[in-house]
Amino acid sequence: MAKQNSLWTILQTLVETPGPSGSEHVIREKVKAEIQGHVDELYTDALGNLIARKGSLKEGGKRIMISAHIDEIGLMVTYVDDNGFARFMPIGGINPLTCLGGRVVFMNGTQGVIGMERLDKGEFPELPKYFIDTGATAKADSKVGVGDVCGFERPLLDLGKRIVAKSMDDRVAAAITVEALKEVKPGVNEIYFVFSVQEEVGIRGAVTAAYGVDPEVGLAVDVTRTGDTPLGVKMEVSLGNGPAIKVRDSSFIADPRVVRWMVNEAKTQEIPYQLEVLEAGGTDGAAIQRARAGVPAGCLSIPCRYIHSPSEMVDRDDVLNSVRLLVGLLGKPVSLG
Amino acid sequence: MKLDLKQHLKDMISAAGPSGYEDPIREIIRAAWQPLADEVRVNNLGSLVAIRRGEGAEPRPSVMIAAHMDAIGLMVTGIDEGFLRFTQIGGVDPRILPGQMVTVHGTNADVPRELPGMVVMPPAGLLPKDGKSGPLPQKYLLVDTGLLPDEVKQFVRVGDVISFATEPMELAGDCVSGHTLDNRASVAAVTVALEMLSRRKHLWDVMAVATSQEEVGGIGAMVDAVAIKPDFAIVIDVTFAKAPGGAGIGNFELGKVTPVTWGSCNHPALHSAMLATAEEYEISIAKDFAPTGSGTDAWDIQVAEAGVPVVELGIPLRYMHTPVEVVSLKDVRRAGRLMAEFIAGLSLDFMKTVIWE
Amino acid sequence: MAKTDISTKFNPLLGETELDLLSKLCNSVSVSGDEQEVRAIVLEELHEFAAVTKVDAMGNVLVRREGTGTDRVRVMIAAHMDEVGFMIVNDEGDGIFEFRVIGGVDPRQLVGKPVSIGREHIPGVIGAKAIHLTTPEERQQVLKVDQLRIDIGTGSGGKVKVGDRGTFATKLVVLGPSIRSKALDDRLGVFNLIQLVKHAPENVDLLAAFTVQEELGLRGARTAAFAFDPEIGIAMDSTPANDLPHYDGLENTSPNTRLGNGPAIYVMDRGTIGDQRLIRWLVASAEADAIPWQFRQPGLGGTDAGEIHKTRAGVPSVSVSVPQRYLHSAAGLIRIEDELNTLKLIHTALTRLDRTILNPQEKM
Repeated sequence: MAKQNSLWTILQTLVETPGPSGSEHVIREKVKAEIQGHVDELYTDALGNLIARKGSLKEGGKRIMISAHIDEIGLMVTYVDDNGFARFMPIGGINPLTCLGGRVVFMNGTQGVIGMERLDKGEFPELPKYFIDTGATAKADSKVGVGDVCGFERPLLDLGKRIVAKSMDDRVAAAITVEALKEVKPGVNEIYFVFSVQEEVGIRGAVTAAYGVDPEVGLAVDVTRTGDTPLGVKMEVSLGNGPAIKVRDSSFIADPRVVRWMVNEAKTQEIPYQLEVLEAGGTDGAAIQRARAGVPAGCLSIPCRYIHSPSEMVDRDDVLNSVRLLVGLLGKPVSLG
Repeated sequence: MKLDLKQHLKDMISAAGPSGYEDPIREIIRAAWQPLADEVRVNNLGSLVAIRRGEGAEPRPSVMIAAHMDAIGLMVTGIDEGFLRFTQIGGVDPRILPGQMVTVHGTNADVPRELPGMVVMPPAGLLPKDGKSGPLPQKYLLVDTGLLPDEVKQFVRVGDVISFATEPMELAGDCVSGHTLDNRASVAAVTVALEMLSRRKHLWDVMAVATSQEEVGGIGAMVDAVAIKPDFAIVIDVTFAKAPGGAGIGNFELGKVTPVTWGSCNHPALHSAMLATAEEYEISIAKDFAPTGSGTDAWDIQVAEAGVPVVELGIPLRYMHTPVEVVSLKDVRRAGRLMAEFIAGLSLDFMKTVIWE
Repeated sequence: MAKTDISTKFNPLLGETELDLLSKLCNSVSVSGDEQEVRAIVLEELHEFAAVTKVDAMGNVLVRREGTGTDRVRVMIAAHMDEVGFMIVNDEGDGIFEFRVIGGVDPRQLVGKPVSIGREHIPGVIGAKAIHLTTPEERQQVLKVDQLRIDIGTGSGGKVKVGDRGTFATKLVVLGPSIRSKALDDRLGVFNLIQLVKHAPENVDLLAAFTVQEELGLRGARTAAFAFDPEIGIAMDSTPANDLPHYDGLENTSPNTRLGNGPAIYVMDRGTIGDQRLIRWLVASAEADAIPWQFRQPGLGGTDAGEIHKTRAGVPSVSVSVPQRYLHSAAGLIRIEDELNTLKLIHTALTRLDRTILNPQEKM
């Protein structure tokens, strides 16, 4: 049996592993290694979702699907010019402002840095202005070609109460889910933990995972924005105020019964929580909701600053409280009254 | 008991029910549909289904009628010194918001409270540059309930929904005005159809569905079609009536015709069959063109699982997605009658004619 | 990988019969929502070849061509029957009609073009004001669709009705090594799929989907894939070749594909991240038979694979397209060799397909 890693060790491993949408094979193996031995069933579906079952359905229980996505945003090479500079297209939502000077690592190990063409006065740097420089001097000696995929490269930074890394979206949720998976006693519930793929490019993996699992209720676990930075977008979620219970985002309206279920559990366990309305974004919850004949669905959100930048920040207590909330929700009969 | 259509419609448009939060409207529809159905149930995402069993021998084919019951609304995103910041549910033109009367459905206290409120524009001096001229962007609008900040915090929390509070009005010539006529007018037409069918013989099973969450993407209809697996579906939604600012193609005269949609979401054989029924019973119709698809439940029902043929009817409506929408009860009655006659006339092997040629 | 001693005796040519069929297909008027003309041709071509042929609720033609032997992989191949065009929405009398565009047509491609409307191919024109009557300021404005009109001539007596669909009137011609035609997107795919059904390799179950309404959001593919429930999905479409010279002589860094470089295999587009196992399979098949191939540049756009791969519990999918200049205009241009190589590639790849391809995904 593999040595039991702490939540923080797992988190560091996951955030530092490359794996943009469509190239999740490495991160999938890392997650598998952590959860093997703790589950009753483990398989990978046609699109690459890693699906683990714990518990079997008994009287009074429900089949529950939990989904945390293991893909991250990244870049794909579209062209290598005669001088060896590589042009790219985004995988998922890439903010051009986070690109300049960014460091990237390709799935084949090659590393590089992002440069930019000069800007005219008043011009905004859109993505076609950028290129990746891997140190190649000509197309012939470039170690990357059309179709090669890279993610941003940043090691985890420990600021004490706060921790920073690239891909807290959504590896912090994956770590939380791994931890909850280990701790939870399913009781009468049958729980499917889905480590989904291709969320960043349109919530695709969760669509097929939800069809295959066919749950009665579902929760996505993902990050959400905060409104607590200077002159930022107004939002009532703040770092350190507890896990956020999503009411809605741009992709779906969480089922009010699920929201109530989550709020009641947080109140019962005296876990601090925040209600979240996000006027942007999307999560696997939308895919779960639309599966087959419909599924009451919601989302447990981890407050996170600077989402989709190479330095996303979360709060340690929020992470621990998210685990507590998730374990509490899954370990007893679900009441959707 | 004869249906009092005007009262039924007014009852419905006095009820809240923004997308995802359809409980209040669902109960009103349930009360109206229960006596007209063999069975009433609620689907996984909150749609109400009323089933009228047909008289044909089993296995009987079934037709799904979809009329969405949810409406546009607002949702609280934050509370600032007692003022409520909000976002939209569904598509709302922010220019119609200032000065509107609303109801805030506060769920923070042990007992939920409905708080009357008003949408207000802060003075320009308190806003950044882009709030000083032109239409005020929605992010600067607030709702004022008149209560003190402590009271507001007691009753309201982030995520609470807000609905329009305009009272229904009876206008001239059998017209009714209010909010949420999109799409309660269509629900009323379904009630008319169910009432007529209760006095007629019909061979097919009828699954009347007041769908949820249409305004945020046809979600209810999408999953309902999978749950019901009908042989075909009739979708009824409001469409544009000629009004100041909209008189060209695609706008229909109020009180005169029932538009039948022609476009990529509609099966040509069903369209022809509907037209034939209209002609037989001298029901005035017109064609409503949707070349690239319909922005209604039809879009989602059509591609459910292995596909569902769809025919679509419209109820002309003025000032869509405002609290002062206007419809004519004549259009509601006519649409209901058309649906009833169409369904009553279905033979058990009707689907053999729904082919592509 | 399958045994490589299966030689493919399938060597497609574009002879007279084939060219006739391709012309018939390309010259048809089958705009999204009314694909009947092409549907009828497909049904006629295939009725004797398929074990089961069905037209579903949306109008897709679903053809099952079962192979022989054990443990056959179920492969769905989709080609869409619809093309971009327009719908007549208002009759202004005197043979003048207002219309709306269906699918992604640049309005600048519409002005001054001959068109064909409905099953009868009624001829008309999208007129443009005589230049003598325009001002320089006016000529700076792009004409919007609601300003344009279709004219079928006066005294035309009810031949065109509101609700009819139509498209450009271009007829297919062979120009040396090239073919110029409208609707090469995706009549080339339809043509190729017909050939694949007729010459289907025995080692697979070929589930051929001639889909509808791809141009309106991959709508037909969705229901077709659900009905077929395949193990692998392939979309055959056409994709832009923007391989023209840069005005200032700079390097063209976004050609998407180039004419003459062979079938274009998709790595990633707006709707699909191609399954890496299938991409490897296609590339290896091309290399083994010395068929030229290229990657379609990762970018926007989409194919029916976008819906197929998300069907049910998921279907590994990939797209292969014939490069085409001037997509979605009155006349596109392709190289005949690219078209034949695309057909050859899919066929040979199918002969090399077995279940091991669905083994768990490994590192690339």
